[in-house]
Amino acid sequence: MTLTPIQTFIIICMVTIGTIITRFLPFIIFQGTKSNNSYISYLGQVLPYSAIGLLVVYCLKSVNFKSHAYGIPEAVAIIFIILLHYWKENTLLSIGVGTVIYMVLVQAVFI
Amino acid sequence: MKEKIKALKAAFSHTIPVFTGFTFLGIAYGILMNSKGYGVGWTVLFSFMAFAGSAQYVAITFLTSIFNPVYALLMTLMVNARHLFYGISMLDKYKDTGKLKPYLIFGLCDETFSIACSTEPPEGVNRNWFMFFITLLDHSYWVFGSTLGGLLGSMISFNTKGLDFVLTALFVVIFAGQWKTQKDHKPAVIGVLCSIICLVVFGQSNFIIPSMIAILAVLTISRKEYAEKQELAEGRVQ
Repeated sequence: MTLTPIQTFIIICMVTIGTIITRFLPFIIFQGTKSNNSYISYLGQVLPYSAIGLLVVYCLKSVNFKSHAYGIPEAVAIIFIILLHYWKENTLLSIGVGTVIYMVLVQAVFI
Repeated sequence: MKEKIKALKAAFSHTIPVFTGFTFLGIAYGILMNSKGYGVGWTVLFSFMAFAGSAQYVAITFLTSIFNPVYALLMTLMVNARHLFYGISMLDKYKDTGKLKPYLIFGLCDETFSIACSTEPPEGVNRNWFMFFITLLDHSYWVFGSTLGGLLGSMISFNTKGLDFVLTALFVVIFAGQWKTQKDHKPAVIGVLCSIICLVVFGQSNFIIPSMIAILAVLTISRKEYAEKQELAEGRVQ
């Protein structure tokens, strides 16, 4: 533990407040907007797919392709996850196996 | 009461993947917190209050460096900025949810969102309670998983290097699942490409907001084409 209990609690509150802001803001901003607004419903249809794409990139943002492991552990694990998920369609299995493969690669192969 | 139990049962089956995923992610998170010296009590409190997996993972870095609450708030806003997208996507669905609405919005995490935007309750099941239980179950799974991790973390010790990949794996799985069920891959490709370009241009600590702006811009530009395609598809069905 690096912070004092009070400091820790304040950080927890900050993260909670930040989360609440991002979750409630759209509902507050668009409160008066008609629900049949075609632009909003278009965004509702396509944004979920773009947002998950952004999330994947976000998770991989610190991968270094220029040195050391060259992103190989990430690439191998992700390819494995995709193949496994297309084959078995089992979320638990895909996440579990993918993570274990990655851990083995970064702990034993690309040290 | 009967109505609620019915909704709970219907919701439960949809949340099983989240249960497994959150147990995994939660255990990983609890163990990580523990390895940084934060006991299970902190982990439970954090998971209950914030209910924001990736922000909590990122927050471990705030808990292990110099105390800086303003930075913690700003980083959380950045990391969670994608939730603005979820909110916009769910405006319609959550419109008439009445007194449940604040909790539904509070609990709109990645996984709840991915179920809520793709699932309708079976016939005869109250939609609002169905959505409520999906949110509540997911929230409980997250608290449960991280509690378990916090407890395990204090009992066993092993090399946790690479364990945080569990989050990446989760999003890759969601992405692959969406890709499989969706015919039009353009929104997914736009999301990935805009983010990669912004990552290269703005660097890893500043690319989220530009990515969101770029995604919104490209989606807006390609809206007409999308509408035409939809019309064409509907025309074919008729």
